[in-house]
Amino acid sequence: MPVRPTAVLPSLLATALAASALTACGGSGSDPDTVKVSFKQSTDNSIHVMDDYLADIKKQFEKANPGKKVELVPIKAPDSEYYTKLQQMLRSAKTAPDLVYEDTFLINSDITSGYLKPLDAYLAKWPDWNRFIDTAKAAAKAEDGKTYGVPDGTDTRGLWYDKGIFAKAGLPSDWQPKTWDEVLDAARTIKRRVPDVTPLNVYTGKPAGEAAAMQGFEMLLYGTEDRLYDDSAKKWIAGSQGFEDSLSFVETVYREKLGPDVSTALDPNIQTIVRGDLLPKGKLGIDLDGSWLPQDWLPGSGHEWPEWSSKLGLAYMPTQHGQSPGKVSMSGGWTWAVPAKAANPDLAFDFIRTMQTKANAQKWYVANSGISVREDVAADPAYAKAQPGIKFFTDLVASTHYRPAYPAYPKVSTAIQEAMEGVTTGDTSVEEAARNYDDSLKEATNDQVIEK
Amino acid sequence: MNRRSLVRALPVTPALVLLLLFLAGPIAYCAYIAFTDLQLTGQAESSFVGFENFRTAFQDEQFLNAVWLTLVFTVVSSLIGQNTLGLALAALMQRASKPVRTLTGGIVITAWVLPEVVAGFLLYAFFRKEGTLNALLDLLHLPSQNWLFTLPILAVSFANVWRGTAFSMLVYTAALGEIPKEITEAAEVDGAGGWRRMWHITLPMIRRSIGTNLMLNTLQTLSVFGLIWVMTRGGPGDKSQTLPLFMYEQAFQNSMIGYGTAVALLLLLVGSVFSVVYMRLLRTEV
Repeated sequence: MPVRPTAVLPSLLATALAASALTACGGSGSDPDTVKVSFKQSTDNSIHVMDDYLADIKKQFEKANPGKKVELVPIKAPDSEYYTKLQQMLRSAKTAPDLVYEDTFLINSDITSGYLKPLDAYLAKWPDWNRFIDTAKAAAKAEDGKTYGVPDGTDTRGLWYDKGIFAKAGLPSDWQPKTWDEVLDAARTIKRRVPDVTPLNVYTGKPAGEAAAMQGFEMLLYGTEDRLYDDSAKKWIAGSQGFEDSLSFVETVYREKLGPDVSTALDPNIQTIVRGDLLPKGKLGIDLDGSWLPQDWLPGSGHEWPEWSSKLGLAYMPTQHGQSPGKVSMSGGWTWAVPAKAANPDLAFDFIRTMQTKANAQKWYVANSGISVREDVAADPAYAKAQPGIKFFTDLVASTHYRPAYPAYPKVSTAIQEAMEGVTTGDTSVEEAARNYDDSLKEATNDQVIEK
Repeated sequence: MNRRSLVRALPVTPALVLLLLFLAGPIAYCAYIAFTDLQLTGQAESSFVGFENFRTAFQDEQFLNAVWLTLVFTVVSSLIGQNTLGLALAALMQRASKPVRTLTGGIVITAWVLPEVVAGFLLYAFFRKEGTLNALLDLLHLPSQNWLFTLPILAVSFANVWRGTAFSMLVYTAALGEIPKEITEAAEVDGAGGWRRMWHITLPMIRRSIGTNLMLNTLQTLSVFGLIWVMTRGGPGDKSQTLPLFMYEQAFQNSMIGYGTAVALLLLLVGSVFSVVYMRLLRTEV
């Protein structure tokens, strides 16, 4: 009488059914005057930055377009579950909204699935599109050369350091390392002179997920001569020296105990621990992390820490040996996209245009600690002054890299996390971890691999 | 089928239709998907691939690891933990005074009533590095460690015992209550001690309940997801990644719905094997 385990099967489907049932109650297509906008609502009830912003845009839009209505469809879920729900909604015309909020991490995958509509015809007639910087325009460009989303900002990454700990360790308060070795040396100095703090945090392993791959590994790899993906050959790169060197860096951090205790580093809540505990309490020397950290410390966020800007310093992540251009950053971010099965695509694009007037775009960047991808906003002194650090991270946009966010990327990212975890715990050597990665890479990409 | 039985079948038809629609339907659909390469994203069309997903599973070290961990988790937490502890509690409570009985029962059942995710967070807080367990060990001057990191599968097994024992306790309390007093008293008069009475009288008389309880416990434990997800997310590495977590990772994180569903079918198979074994035991011994 195998009653219970079958419950696993329906529960799998229940997620699918729930997602479709929940959204089907007002299937799009029923009303040509209503634009349905899906977005990711924070799972933290005290954070409603996006809700407030969209409510404001909705008001503007409805006022400017009499007779038209905006229906906001929040999806309250953590990142990975948000993607899942969204993808299930996009599969059917009954559930597809008119406008969706898409992470650049998965947009190419959804384009390949045929979930999204190319926007080139709209963009050609929209003068503001020329205000977007070129790297950002490429963020939602598919392999077919068409653009499927309008980015609403980006993020960049760098080194956050604690000036108090640096002073105790005798390190300069305007620290700027030129090579990886200088980063490690600073961490070693902290370990020696301020023994009760964690010298350096680099996210690693599967529990940290994409944070390990992007804030951790790729910030290293893109500072070597190597990359993850060869754009001209359209193939993934295996067996590169840069890959091994990056793994060695991670290994060094954890073998020399420069990083958090391995069991903490592999805690699924490590990001919350770093942002909510280690940094604000002055227990972490250097943190390789993203531009969005202050979002957690803003007034009203629940963990206010307004003094952060005087306590923390910012430094670029250097390239491996200081080779040109000297600094590295990775970028991601989110875009607004129109589903292929949307009932009112024209109205949806009008809504994007309302969101992306210069004033509205600027309001949004400031509200969510976002980094501008529009040159007119970036040049505006009011934007640069809105928050400490924003100029630092905006300047990085010029030398930033986007991930090769092709359909195989999520699996490649998991393989990177596994390789990192192996060297972090010391279970595998760097060579072995790199070999395992090469094997997983071939599997994840259907052998679309070139050996270096 | 004659007219009369048709009329008789009429009242059950709605129930039958609902069952087919909402239970058999999804299962059949799942069984079909397990033989395709359906993905959540990254693919325009899916196609039928036969047994490919199952072949992949048995060549996948992570899958075999998950099968092994699922067995460890089930044997440790359900067969040994929940079942034995539940029986022991039920037996002890029979003799206890009323206040003790109410208090113990209350605590055990609270653990059971708590939603899985809440229980997961409580035990995460208990086992984590700065958690309650280590604070207690510190007080006793014993060495502390990060239990979720060093012994993840045992930590989640303990969590499942903590949460699920109440069910066994209730089943056994009912079963023990049905043993006629005269039999136990007669044995006592004949000079049988506590252990002998347990072994020769009580256990044989509640054998049916043991079988039912074992089966329900096992099947419940096989599908535990939330508890492990909250406590360890299957980590570190894949040291606590049981089949439901492995399935979730494949289906929803790697977007491979077809493969994930195939794994779900295999989990169903594991459950059936356990069930058949228990039913066999029940039939021969009663």
